Amino acid sequence: MGLTGQSTGLATIRRISQVQVQLSGDIVVALAGNPNTGKSTVFNSLTGLKQHTGNWPGKTVTNACGRYGYNGKNFVLVDLPGTYSLMANSLEEEVARDFICFGDPHVTVVVVDPTCMERNLNLVFQILEMTPKVVVCVNLMDEAHRKGIQVDLKRLSDILGVPVVGTSALKGQGLDRLKEAVWSVACGRFSVNPIKIEYDGVIEDAVGIIEPQISRLMDNLGCSISSRWLALRLLEGDQAIAEAFKRYLGTDIFASTDLRERLHKTRNMLVEQGITIGQLRDRLVSALIHNAEEVSRQVVHRKESAINSIDSKIDDLLTSRVWGIPAMLALLGLMFWITIEGANYPSQILAKAFFHLEQKLVELFMASDAPEWLCGILIDGVYRTLSWVVSVMLPPMAIFFPLFTLLEDLGYLPRVAFNLDNFFKRACAHGKQALTMCMGFGCNAAGVVACRIIDSPRERLIAIITNNYVPCNGRFPTLIALATIFMAGGAGWLQTIVATLVVMAMITLAVGITLLISKILSRTVLRGLPSSFVLELPPYRKPQVCKILVRSLMDRTLFVLARAVTVAAPAGLVIWVMANVSVAGDSLLSHFAGFLDPFARLLGLDGYILMAFILGLPANEIVIPIVLMSYMSAGTLVELDSLSALRQILVEHGWTWLTALCTMLFSLNHFPCGTTMLTIRKETGSWKWTLLSFMVPTITGIVLCFVVAQTARLLGLV
Amino acid sequence: MELLPLNLLPIGCTARVRQINAHGALRRRLMDLGLIIGTEVKAVRKSLSGDPTLYEIRGAMIALRCEEASKILVERFVL
Repeated sequence: MGLTGQSTGLATIRRISQVQVQLSGDIVVALAGNPNTGKSTVFNSLTGLKQHTGNWPGKTVTNACGRYGYNGKNFVLVDLPGTYSLMANSLEEEVARDFICFGDPHVTVVVVDPTCMERNLNLVFQILEMTPKVVVCVNLMDEAHRKGIQVDLKRLSDILGVPVVGTSALKGQGLDRLKEAVWSVACGRFSVNPIKIEYDGVIEDAVGIIEPQISRLMDNLGCSISSRWLALRLLEGDQAIAEAFKRYLGTDIFASTDLRERLHKTRNMLVEQGITIGQLRDRLVSALIHNAEEVSRQVVHRKESAINSIDSKIDDLLTSRVWGIPAMLALLGLMFWITIEGANYPSQILAKAFFHLEQKLVELFMASDAPEWLCGILIDGVYRTLSWVVSVMLPPMAIFFPLFTLLEDLGYLPRVAFNLDNFFKRACAHGKQALTMCMGFGCNAAGVVACRIIDSPRERLIAIITNNYVPCNGRFPTLIALATIFMAGGAGWLQTIVATLVVMAMITLAVGITLLISKILSRTVLRGLPSSFVLELPPYRKPQVCKILVRSLMDRTLFVLARAVTVAAPAGLVIWVMANVSVAGDSLLSHFAGFLDPFARLLGLDGYILMAFILGLPANEIVIPIVLMSYMSAGTLVELDSLSALRQILVEHGWTWLTALCTMLFSLNHFPCGTTMLTIRKETGSWKWTLLSFMVPTITGIVLCFVVAQTARLLGLV
Repeated sequence: MELLPLNLLPIGCTARVRQINAHGALRRRLMDLGLIIGTEVKAVRKSLSGDPTLYEIRGAMIALRCEEASKILVERFVL
């Protein structure tokens, strides 16, 4: 199976990168910068857009677009992926570079982190070589201040020859000055005079030979790309840039034989001087970094500070050889404990409220002489499923998600990747897969999108296919409810703790299965060795607790409500119709469940449960509600206001601890939900990989449930 | 002075990069992080099972697997 760009999502990202912003009168501003410089925070603060910014490298992979007004002008801000460089070594770099080259932004803002000035200036220099219209935004000034780092902004601006603005985007400081600087560069009030990086004499000579030709070519094309920059790229044998010209401008820059010949001659000249292409690249990069070192020495002043040692003390614990994994499990456990304990009360209150409202609605229907079937469809079908999804699923999701976001913003996730990397290496997978798995906890579709941070196509596909093994927010409530009812006997705090442990055992199992399947995939359809791995651990940052709580609570609530209306309500309708339309004496529902039953029994489930998983394809949240709907439609009707009532219904329908266990296992290991599958199709650009992503977890689930159920029965445990 | 692969640099020690034997994209990636000939690197900590290792490079914390680190030859500072 070939790994073409088409099959790994390149095509999609390229399409997205061609942002359509060239509206008349609008000023287009590109936002570039290293990962973790708070670039997205700057973006959000300027545009008011609510794009979530996590504290891990690679959060933004595509170009997000937003608007703001200043001085009567309309500005379109394009958030480019965070990159260390623009040499097109990776997809993100290519996307960012292509936008600066061919998207023709009026101004490019480079966000830099003063605590790592040298590395950040490297990118600034690269961008200044491409375009003179640059504003440097020194962000995280507050963090730098805390760490005893002073930056001489005026001096930096004098050296670079472009405006430099200091900001603390999280606190909203300095943003007006940034807008002002962007405006003044855009309309020519600030005449930029960018610093020119001088290379060795030989290299400068070589550039001198081919640059005039390129300059003419650019003039003919009406293209504003710097000819010096392009000359350097062509000299170092950059293939991607010529392709980009074909793609965006439809021209072959090598069409002119003159340029081809000159380039050839110049390269030979360099080789005669002992400079191969490889050495040329080294010299170019080294020159940039030496310059960055020099400039940084002039503008950055450090005092000793205690902050760095606090960071390293925390890391001593969280990434320690002894305590790293226990600390990780403890954090995870704590999150689940808070979720389980905290979700109980709102669940009960919501259920009571919904049941109360249901009785009122029924009375209303009786009074209005509406036909009985209408009442059945609307109340027993639509309304009840809806209220189940909201009351059982919403509280755990609304609690877990902000907790998770908190850890993400703190910067803990890269530490997880650091701790677990060796396991992934042994599975021939990428260390960043741990990050994409973490995102899967929130939502598998988001996890699949996050796989873009993995450069190697083979490892990205492995991460995409196995992402579904991590239970998403829609499956947690199922795991939590079943663990509480069937695994944890007793009551009170003991029950919560046992339930927490069971859920954590499930998560550990999910991670284990992910590693195992990754290994199997890299030995079979996706053969290969692990590629190189470079991961930055960003400093810990204080999350904006209140903002996270409010926003994710809102987000989750809206998300669940939207899903309840668009997915759960129609599903409820279908179930009610199936339960009430009879063919040959039995309802469609029992026919369907009966058909599935023999097979489901082999897996330790029953026909209704398996049917619920199949009907729950649009969203995992509705699986348990469908099971209950189907059971209740068969006659018994109880007031469902607590987990014990839930237990009663399930036990009446023959559930044992084994049924619960197998349902939990199958919930962990089955086909991805509809949204995730569409996302996989979009990201891989291929139905083949989508089908594989469907089959692999499903087969795992079937095998696992079969083995567990049969073993338990053979041993007479049930 | 004897050169030593970066992965063998003891934790807590600082060294200067003398040679980079990586090629292609990895070489470029390392250099973009500011890791060029002459750069100071400090080995900060090892992960749970001894790999990857965290290095301090120009003020940033960068984790490298031992396969990658072994391609960087360094000269250890003598205290």
